[in-house]
Amino acid sequence: MQYVDEFRDPELIRKASDEIHRLADAGRHYRIMEVCGGHTHAIYRFGLKDLLPENIDLIHGPGCPVCVLPMGRIDDGLAVAKGEGMIFAAFGDMMRVPGTSGSPLEHKAKGTDVRIVYSPADALQLARKNPEKHVMFFAIGFETTAPSTALTLMRAKSEGIGNFSVFCNHVTIVPAIRAILDSPDMRLDGFIGPGHVSTVIGCRPYEWIARNERKPVVTSGFEPLDLLQSIVMLLRQLHAGEARVENQYKRVVAWEGNTAALKVMAQVFQLRPYFEWRGLGFISQSALKIREEFAEWDAEQRFPIPGTRVTDPKAAQCGEVLKGVLKPSQCKLFGKECTPEHPIGALMVSTEGSCAAYYSYEHRKSTAMVASIASVA
Amino acid sequence: MNGSSAVQSTVSFRDAQIEMAHGAGGKASRRLVEGLFAPLLYADRNAPLGDSGSVQIGDATVLITTDSFVVRPLTFPGGSIGDLAVNGTVNDLAVSGARAQAMVATFVLEEGLPTSILEQEVRAMARALDVAGVPLVGGDTKVVERGKADGMYVTTTGIGEPMPFVHLDPRSVRAGDKVLLSGPIGDHGITILLARNELDLEADLCSDTRCVLPLIETMVESAGPGIRWMRDPTRGGVATTLNELARDCGLAIALNEEEIPIRMEVRGACELLGLDPLHIANEGQFLAVVAPEYATAALNALHGVEGGEAAVLIGEVRTEPACAVVVTARYGGSRIVDMLVGDSLPRIC
Repeated sequence: MQYVDEFRDPELIRKASDEIHRLADAGRHYRIMEVCGGHTHAIYRFGLKDLLPENIDLIHGPGCPVCVLPMGRIDDGLAVAKGEGMIFAAFGDMMRVPGTSGSPLEHKAKGTDVRIVYSPADALQLARKNPEKHVMFFAIGFETTAPSTALTLMRAKSEGIGNFSVFCNHVTIVPAIRAILDSPDMRLDGFIGPGHVSTVIGCRPYEWIARNERKPVVTSGFEPLDLLQSIVMLLRQLHAGEARVENQYKRVVAWEGNTAALKVMAQVFQLRPYFEWRGLGFISQSALKIREEFAEWDAEQRFPIPGTRVTDPKAAQCGEVLKGVLKPSQCKLFGKECTPEHPIGALMVSTEGSCAAYYSYEHRKSTAMVASIASVA
Repeated sequence: MNGSSAVQSTVSFRDAQIEMAHGAGGKASRRLVEGLFAPLLYADRNAPLGDSGSVQIGDATVLITTDSFVVRPLTFPGGSIGDLAVNGTVNDLAVSGARAQAMVATFVLEEGLPTSILEQEVRAMARALDVAGVPLVGGDTKVVERGKADGMYVTTTGIGEPMPFVHLDPRSVRAGDKVLLSGPIGDHGITILLARNELDLEADLCSDTRCVLPLIETMVESAGPGIRWMRDPTRGGVATTLNELARDCGLAIALNEEEIPIRMEVRGACELLGLDPLHIANEGQFLAVVAPEYATAALNALHGVEGGEAAVLIGEVRTEPACAVVVTARYGGSRIVDMLVGDSLPRIC
């Protein structure tokens, strides 16, 4: 399969792995953060840790949009969805994410009209097909998915589709990286920059990380060879004492990003003064709000929103895992109270969350956990 | 009933309500069956829950199985609910080491279902029964109000006669045994996903629904005493089926990713949607664990029969990591593959 097989070529992967082993200074411990949840998933899915020396630690970053969404937002969305004649539409990623009164799928079983859509445009189509209902699209994602939500809102407005709205939870990646770097217990050597987000925003927004924080950033693709090559590029910079932004994912990411998509986003969204991130707390100017011109299609303006605030259970150490202070398996709840089927903390809810990825693909390689797994929860 | 370990005696199912995941064949299904149905209904608490149950009538042993078919859409490339209803039950008996001898069917029909559609499905069942050589000896019909069923549901129940010299038990599986797969995986699940027309995706792909009895009979003739375990990886896919085996035998199932046959169309759809082909449903494939000295004979037998050409050894049984399925890629990376959790949901963002 083109664009897949060549990036999983055993010979090339062996070479990249050898190069990493050659470059990694045995006397040094490397802590590299992959920002994007897609990368976290790929690292586990492809078993890449098997190909890295022990002194390279991959720290899983905040880039899983489902994981960082506070439970209160889910509660709010589902509270609106309970209203007469409402259809709650969201990506499959959202469906098992629990609010305090259950996940969208659990609400579906109780009678809420919940639909899985594959794009915001599908949700708009649902509104066209069901004129007697109101379709609310529960929008999540970083800059990757925000442009398609923006385009859909523009279309809803131009077509005058009144029975459609968006509950906007779009967030932006750079403030989250800043929050991570500002954290005092954070020691990172460099970043594997997000791939999909960068197709939209380009590589320029990361330049401050190299300039001010003196940490290299390599924007990476999602295949095994992409990630290994990105690590090679990071090690080369670290070796040379450099800190630059480099683009490994050139086949998809333009340095300046997708200017058309950025323009559409700017037309439809503005920055919220602050927004809560699960596991990280409030981060200023880190999320998108629908502009006044589209108020009619903004679920938060159209419907009364309870504004639920939910604090995560204290025992869940999501923040520490999110910042790389703890490994997923070092959290007290990991694999016991907190599993992908019954997630308590944020990082267990999506397969892109570091805990869920670690749980699914990695931790049973060590046999210590076998007993608790074998007796299916 | 799906799932096959020895059964707990007390009710442990605590989920507040039934959700779609409880029918998806993965962990939730297993919790429901092992935590509620089995403790209250399953007669022999020491016997594993397999694809069929065994009944002693006088001197004769009879295997019995039942399966309900609820599929939307009713027809799809490569088959329809009628084919599934017959093949599913014949296959459940076949992978239990039995030839289906008779079948009964129950129809739950939705008010307003066009007769033309019903007739088409009944004809599909008749053809499938003919291919499998199984007589239908009874049935029942119920009609429910419009909106209460997706057109029609079909339940089939079959009894079968055990094939001689076949002793299947997950607990007989040993480290060093080979894992055999009858052909490419994921065709059925992805075909159904695409046939629902909810995705702007098209592919030249058909469901793999078929009767696997001839394949299994051929394999049994050549390698019968070496076959330790068989199962058809339907809902929950190969990963879920092999996880159940790993748990039941207390060993590791180690697969070579490059050996697992997956059509380009299935791979492409899975890559796009963030699904794992190992979790996608099949309706015309089976997995077998074969003693190493019989592996070549089993494989050669399958290669010599129509529809068995793509059979392949995809891995082996090891001692570690116990109770788990581990998949190693061609480039050396390895991962644990768990049972399906909930329904397989596409990842977009």
